[in-house]
Amino acid sequence: MGEAVSEPIIKIEINREDFNCEDEIRALTQGRHDLGAVVSFIGLCRDEGSTLKALEIEHYPVMAENEIQRIAQSVCKRWPLGGLVAIHRYGRIPVGENIVLVIAASKHRQAAFDGANFLMDYLKTRAPFWKKEHYISGGKGEWVSAKDEDDDALTKWGGDKQGGSSKG
Amino acid sequence: MKLVYFSWIREQIGISEENVSLPDHVNNVSDLLDWLRGRGEEFEAFLQQPEIIRVALDHVHADDRNASLRNVSEIAIFPPVTGG
Repeated sequence: MGEAVSEPIIKIEINREDFNCEDEIRALTQGRHDLGAVVSFIGLCRDEGSTLKALEIEHYPVMAENEIQRIAQSVCKRWPLGGLVAIHRYGRIPVGENIVLVIAASKHRQAAFDGANFLMDYLKTRAPFWKKEHYISGGKGEWVSAKDEDDDALTKWGGDKQGGSSKG
Repeated sequence: MKLVYFSWIREQIGISEENVSLPDHVNNVSDLLDWLRGRGEEFEAFLQQPEIIRVALDHVHADDRNASLRNVSEIAIFPPVTGG
């Protein structure tokens, strides 16, 4: 897939606070002339038929960072990226707010598109986060069930559960 | 051995973590799940479909039920993840 632009800069964060996509892109690209493409993805807290008030996101602190780091390493082995950012929030997230940010930067666009896509697919099936829905009507809330289509999404990358990375 | 639980499993059994002494015959992930099932109603309830339960050994997914627990210090037990 061509030579790497240079050693990719990887930034992984798990925060309670919100992120700013433009700030993250600026930090990644500032002063660099080797990047020709930046792809960003933001996952938002989506309402389900005017019933949802907020999501509560639980995570397994050390493993969540390690796992996203492992996935990011796999992405950088597979595509020639110049930089990769992944920020995932936890805690209570009201409807309409940001949940997750992925930014991939590369020399040419295809690596950035594919890298961001791959990272999201693996993050959704491998990173230890769990969403609980809290409804406007009240109650204790309900845990979101895992979707088969998320697992199925991995098949387009060869179906390797690890994302092609070595364990450990 | 430290066991940590997440999401609806944590809520069902009412604890987020505990320290346990595993019996000598509990050597791998599969043994662990069998042993947990015998620890009470709440454990039996969340292990009704053991194949969906995920296990991580020292913060790494244990995709293989035969994965050894030797030298492991923290075992996490959780349902399929739903982040992103």
